[in-house]
Amino acid sequence: MTDPLTIAGASLSSRLIVGTARYPNQQVMLDCLEASGAELVTASIRRISLEGYAESLVDVLGGRYRLLPNTAGCVTARDAILTAELAREALETNWVKLELIGDRELLYPDVEQLVHAADELVRKGFTVLPYCNEDPVTCQKLADVGCAAVMPLGSLIGSGMGIANPTAIELICSRSPVPVVLDAGIGTASDAAFAMELGCDAVMVDTAIAQSRDPRRMAAAMRAAVEAGRLARLAGRIPKRRFAEPSSPQLGLVGS
Amino acid sequence: MRLKVNGVEEELAVTTVSELLAYRGVDPVARFVAVAVNGSVVRRFEWPSKPLGPGDDVEIVRPFSGG
Repeated sequence: MTDPLTIAGASLSSRLIVGTARYPNQQVMLDCLEASGAELVTASIRRISLEGYAESLVDVLGGRYRLLPNTAGCVTARDAILTAELAREALETNWVKLELIGDRELLYPDVEQLVHAADELVRKGFTVLPYCNEDPVTCQKLADVGCAAVMPLGSLIGSGMGIANPTAIELICSRSPVPVVLDAGIGTASDAAFAMELGCDAVMVDTAIAQSRDPRRMAAAMRAAVEAGRLARLAGRIPKRRFAEPSSPQLGLVGS
Repeated sequence: MRLKVNGVEEELAVTTVSELLAYRGVDPVARFVAVAVNGSVVRRFEWPSKPLGPGDDVEIVRPFSGG
């Protein structure tokens, strides 16, 4: 059964998007990307240093993945837009995961600047996937300015706190005209499955895999969780009840 | 002349983006490198001709691991 995710007309075979940072080493990262089944992986854009790293991330990935550059760490729309433009030049992609940070301790998005930068990048021809608050109004505004998807946070980046406000995520999913990618806060596989059950179209994971005790296993677990959550969503869960309802037949009970 | 390269001011005897890259040891045909001068991206084909002037603010970047 194929169930591709379509973002901006591009069909992605996996609903799991994986980061490339914070792994114990490069080989573990490559093994994890493989085990995750992800097709889309994120990268940052950083200044070249004189000490240098001989091999570029892109060379290491060997053309097996579609890269989604981010604007991580940017605190002004101006820097985020320039970073996106540099990413487009460096990676020959017009896709960008737009991050505009309003607080360096919380890494919470700066909504005002985010919507402004998203609008400008869309006008410049970018396919914009903004990391944003789990707020239906913000997500609607981002879709209105032409973002290709929205990436609401489950909880703070790298916190592993899971989905702090599932009601809001579910609301966003039910109303969003563009795909919803749960980004940030995933701590373990059940969080990823939960996101998909709530109606998310995809899940983005980095730290929860890279910093786990056995990243290769966790990558496989995330893959299975996203697939399970998606299947459960499509299947439709049973309604919750306050009291028990026996599953075995009531008739023919011994001794009655 | 004085240039700001990746946030650091230095005295450099280079006149174009290509010369600056060569001086910094960046292979001019290396893929996945991007350059901006004073907040505007300089396309790869413009590197040899793009002049640098005193006080220019140059960013030289490449993809790195990220989440």
